[in-house]
Amino acid sequence: MTDALLEIRGLRAVFDGFAALDGVDLTVEEGELRFLIGPNGAGKTTLIDVITGLTRPAAGTVRFAGTDLVGRREHEIVRLGVGRTFQTAVVFEELTVVENLDLAASFRRPLWRLLRRRRGVDDAVREALAVTGLTELAERPARVLSHGQRQWLEIGMLLVQRPRLLLLDEPVAGMSRDERARTGELLTEIARGHTVVVVEHDMEFLRRYASRVTVLHEGRVLTEGSVDEVRADPRVQAVYLGGTREEAGDAVG
Amino acid sequence: MSITTKDATAGTARRAPDGRGLRERLGGPAVFCAVAVLALVAAPLLLEPFRLNLLAKYLVYAIVALGIGLAWGQGGMLTLGQGVFFGLGGYSMGMHLKLTEAQGGLPDFMVWSGVEELPALWVPFADPVFALATAVLAPVALAALLGTLIFRQRVRGAYFAILTQALAAAFAILLVGRQGLTGGTNGLTNFFELFGHDLASDSTQRGLYLVVAVVLGLLYLGARHLVNSRFGRLLVAVRDGEDRVRFLGYDPATVKTVTFAISAGMAGLAGALFVPVVGIISPALLGVVPSLELVVAVAVGGRYALAGAVLGAVVMGYAQTAFSERFADGWLYLQGALFILVMTLAPRGIAGLLSRRRA
Repeated sequence: MTDALLEIRGLRAVFDGFAALDGVDLTVEEGELRFLIGPNGAGKTTLIDVITGLTRPAAGTVRFAGTDLVGRREHEIVRLGVGRTFQTAVVFEELTVVENLDLAASFRRPLWRLLRRRRGVDDAVREALAVTGLTELAERPARVLSHGQRQWLEIGMLLVQRPRLLLLDEPVAGMSRDERARTGELLTEIARGHTVVVVEHDMEFLRRYASRVTVLHEGRVLTEGSVDEVRADPRVQAVYLGGTREEAGDAVG
Repeated sequence: MSITTKDATAGTARRAPDGRGLRERLGGPAVFCAVAVLALVAAPLLLEPFRLNLLAKYLVYAIVALGIGLAWGQGGMLTLGQGVFFGLGGYSMGMHLKLTEAQGGLPDFMVWSGVEELPALWVPFADPVFALATAVLAPVALAALLGTLIFRQRVRGAYFAILTQALAAAFAILLVGRQGLTGGTNGLTNFFELFGHDLASDSTQRGLYLVVAVVLGLLYLGARHLVNSRFGRLLVAVRDGEDRVRFLGYDPATVKTVTFAISAGMAGLAGALFVPVVGIISPALLGVVPSLELVVAVAVGGRYALAGAVLGAVVMGYAQTAFSERFADGWLYLQGALFILVMTLAPRGIAGLLSRRRA
């Protein structure tokens, strides 16, 4: 058996007696683009929180490239090569776009080497600016960015860190149609060189860009497969019919 | 001085490759040089010794304020206990001066308290190098220890402020309680000479003033460099989104601890300079109230700009003297009113008002 990049076994996370994750098994191979879907409260974000060290699991293991992640602190997990974004993009508003990216790119420098002033722009940062389409805005403070641009900046900040695994939490939530399309392109491009796990609610987006999908429901993996397989699965349809009407229509439609 | 990071939005002017306009690049150094000439040449020539000595005291406070500006303005750590570090520096220097005066005997207050043998804690302070080094390194070590313990536990915001304030209160009580060791409420005073110079002479005081001004200038340049470095950007990031910084692979606790320790070292050095300038160090000078007063001064001057912190300390120091000379008790009320006014109407303080005008 070849080692998968990410191997999750029997993962449980409990909040006040409620099991947000109730025995999740998930394997992601190197180079994969995996979508994680499921109705509200299925445990998608909790799963990402546990992988990245934000939430401690009650039981189970998370192995990343042969290393156990459970119990490690957030920044240590990042240093091992796991990067994430958040549902509401958090960028540093008082810093310029290029400073945001530069800060992300410098994370492996020892602290004393940060005491020097930044001169010019690193190649990796320049590349991220181009990929995310933020070159024009490089010297502007991040607070002037639109919602979509913030998400791209956050993704750019991930890219310059060259993580082995990217976890994107609802990257197109609240975006306009145009912004979704651009995010989709960005995602396709990123997926060429990285292993990516995307949590997504948006079914249209899923149909267009997803290949392999894992469905979470009530803290467990319901099923896994291609978009078509998953959509054809009566259990998935039932789960989504139990959710909001809109989601149900999307899932089966 | 436009050293705020915020006025990057100021204009659409042509920008240098590092993102700063030409005027912005030259404006800061020009103002700095003007202030330096004023402080190093004009003030010693024009001010009478009494006023120059007062100015030296304000500049000493400005050194503490610079540290507060770094920790609070840049790093978001509202430290209400800088008096502790100031006191460690002040007592280190005070102990040295007392021992010089005692010339191998016991300091005067110990004789009065019935102490018969010099306490072991005092012995090494006879050495001036040890005393000066301790004045800076003891605060740095204490802040590093505190930071390691509390920032790792993610104590922050108001809890951090309360903790540091409690520390200041406890430190003052400790000093008062150990009369024979510390001089109690009276503190350490009656100093006559510093490294062989007569402290009462005008020339010594003028020299001291110049030392204080140069130290402040150098620390300011150092702090400014720090703020403009990547570390400075990281510090602002920690201030605005500590949790997010973790997911960039940095440990915010380390960044905060380093900064807190630097600001503590500044306060300690200021304490050591304060003693020969003012001639006393006592618990009343480093407890909760003086610690708070400096935070108020930094807020009034503008905490987001290092120059604002320095300006605030000098302005508030001057205002206190000027006001107290006429109305003895009114200062406290004016100070409180100013603080409220600034916090509600101009949260960026005097520096914020100035840089807005320039823009």
